[in-house]
Amino acid sequence: MTSFVLLSFLLISAFLFLYFRSKAISFIGSTSQKLHSRPEFHGGAALIFTIIPALFFYSFVSIAKDLFIRLAGYNESEAQMVASLYDVITLAVAVLIIVLGFLLFTKKQNIRFPARHIVEKAIMGVLFFASGIAVLTTIGIFLSVIFESLSFFSQYAFSDFLFGLQWSPQTALREDQVGSSGAFGAVPLFAGTALITVIALLVAVPVGLSAAIYLSDYATPKFRSIAKPILEVLAGIPTVVYGFFAALTIAPFIRNSSESLGFTASSESALAAGLVMGIMLIPFISSLSDDVINAVPQSLRDGSYGLGATKSETMKRVVLPAALPGIVSAVLLAVSRAIGETMIVVMAAGQSANLTINPLETVTTVTVQIVALLTGDIEFDTPKTLSAFALGLVLFIITLILNFIALRVVKKYREQYD
Amino acid sequence: MNMIVSDVAMGVEMADQVKIKVNDVDVFYGAKQALFGVELDIKANQVTSLIGPSGCGKSTFLKCLNRMNDTVDIARIQGLITLDGVNVYDSKIDVVELRARVGMVFQKPNPFPKSIYENIAYGARIHGLASTKADLDAIVASSLEKAGLFEEVKDRLHEPGTSLSGGQQQRLCIARAIAVSPEVILMDEPCSALDPIATAKVEELIDELKQNYTIVIVTHSMQQAARVSQYTAFFHLGTLVEYGETKKIFTSPTDKRTEDYITGRIG
Ligand SMILES: Nc1ncnc2c1ncn2[C@@H]1O[C@H](COP(=O)(O)OP(=O)(O)O)[C@@H](O)[C@H]1O
Ligand SMILES: [Mg+2]
Repeated sequence: MTSFVLLSFLLISAFLFLYFRSKAISFIGSTSQKLHSRPEFHGGAALIFTIIPALFFYSFVSIAKDLFIRLAGYNESEAQMVASLYDVITLAVAVLIIVLGFLLFTKKQNIRFPARHIVEKAIMGVLFFASGIAVLTTIGIFLSVIFESLSFFSQYAFSDFLFGLQWSPQTALREDQVGSSGAFGAVPLFAGTALITVIALLVAVPVGLSAAIYLSDYATPKFRSIAKPILEVLAGIPTVVYGFFAALTIAPFIRNSSESLGFTASSESALAAGLVMGIMLIPFISSLSDDVINAVPQSLRDGSYGLGATKSETMKRVVLPAALPGIVSAVLLAVSRAIGETMIVVMAAGQSANLTINPLETVTTVTVQIVALLTGDIEFDTPKTLSAFALGLVLFIITLILNFIALRVVKKYREQYD
Repeated sequence: MNMIVSDVAMGVEMADQVKIKVNDVDVFYGAKQALFGVELDIKANQVTSLIGPSGCGKSTFLKCLNRMNDTVDIARIQGLITLDGVNVYDSKIDVVELRARVGMVFQKPNPFPKSIYENIAYGARIHGLASTKADLDAIVASSLEKAGLFEEVKDRLHEPGTSLSGGQQQRLCIARAIAVSPEVILMDEPCSALDPIATAKVEELIDELKQNYTIVIVTHSMQQAARVSQYTAFFHLGTLVEYGETKKIFTSPTDKRTEDYITGRIG
């Protein structure tokens, strides 16, 4: 039904467009006046008067159909009938809108009709609508997270959540078990996230930045043209692949080698997850940094070489400082990716919420716990489920602060260097 | 009386001294030849200007003198260039030292995104010319002084170099080159991005600088060449057409192409 309607709308559109375009053409030469807008704009404006409002009406009303029927509280057989009646009426109104639009446009159209401006306004409207969707969905998501978080905090104290050192959301089997009511102290999760992020950055920033410096200023054009696409492919590997690389190769390797050195390491460790996450971030950092380093004007390098500076002096004292704001924002983007990464951590770092800074122990992160809380048979309204939203909220706020800092840093350097 | 004579004699002697000797130099960019057998002696403590239509190889020639062409992957050079009698392209020559002796000022002012002070201190730092902060301060002050910029910027040494006007930026770049005590300063159309007043200042500065430095300047303006230089070289399509005293080149050129260029018939 709907596809049939949409198809006919399409055909009607084509007809209306051509019809009003040719009418506009027929105006030419009838008087000495000049046609205000080109004939295509007349065709386009005709659609804005007819099909587009009809389409808006049709889609919104159709979307509201189920809701309407449910709210009206019909029984099964009545609902069937009401539904088809509803469809017919909707379609009739849509057709009526088209007819009215057609008549109105026929009345308005003349040689000086400003169809071009009407099309322009409509385009602006479409663009505004699109940006509105982007903003509204963000606000909607944010509000729903806040809302659910508040309902969590009505059951569990905010300070216990934020400063509690014990995370065990599992439902208790026996009454006397530890954490029978569930303990939602988020500190171990944030500590785990921070630990893994720091390890990842310790790997990714030096290696990625050095690779970017080599690629942009030292490598031959030929090497660059081969290496850069390879790095970009690396950036596109799904993280789950990195995850089993971490779980099956790196984690056992770390356990074995640390045991041979006399440390005890668990088979899943923060170090394994952090290392692999660092490897994942290398192409990300090097690709972004390479772009910003390349964007530093050649004239600055020439100025430095002309004074007798070597390549590395030029890089260190002129190019990198000039590229620093861009590099800082690349690193902060990498931080947000590390914080949000889930797959690698699930597979390589484990699920137990230990509060530790020993990278050889198993830890867990905020995102992993959110996944754990919201998968499987879940019940809304339990603190266990709602705590996921609280975690999400805090994560969101942390990323927001990071972005804010990044913008401030960038702005400070801009002022200094421009 | 005697003293004056000896002074004049010394001036003449210095004017005759050859600083850079260029012998049969060809330059190629990939397969394309940009310079053809250029022969030229650049005199010490004089201003030599290079003129000629766009694309005739003036910048290419200039960049041979401090080996800036080394930074262009596809550039290749043949022939002999000597600085004080030493082959500049000898494998034993340290390019970094060469460029400290033969400084360069570019067409577009290109101050580093650092403070005015740090712009000047840059060269001194990388070459280790100052051992104390006071030494460095002295180098910065005297370089700015020599570039005629000190009075204008002395109260704002720690503001970014990029906050200066175009003309000031170009003089900052000259001061930056002076700070490493070069013997030769190469300037590639240093005034082409400047307004007439800033241009006049830079020209005045060039005239003063020739007492202590040998200057080679590329210029598009024949008036400028006539105003600031003692010697002029005219390039056309990669060859050096004519070279001699500026006065002579502009009043009685021997080559038809030179005459056409300075009278505005080619260019
Ligand atoms: N980096 C380069 N790569 C390839 N060709 C170049 C390069 N630089 C200059 N050329 C060529 O060499 C010739 C001389 O250029 P240039 O020395 O810049 O001329 P001028 O400074 O007199 O305008 C031109 O034909 C130019 O296209
Ligand atoms: Mg040039």
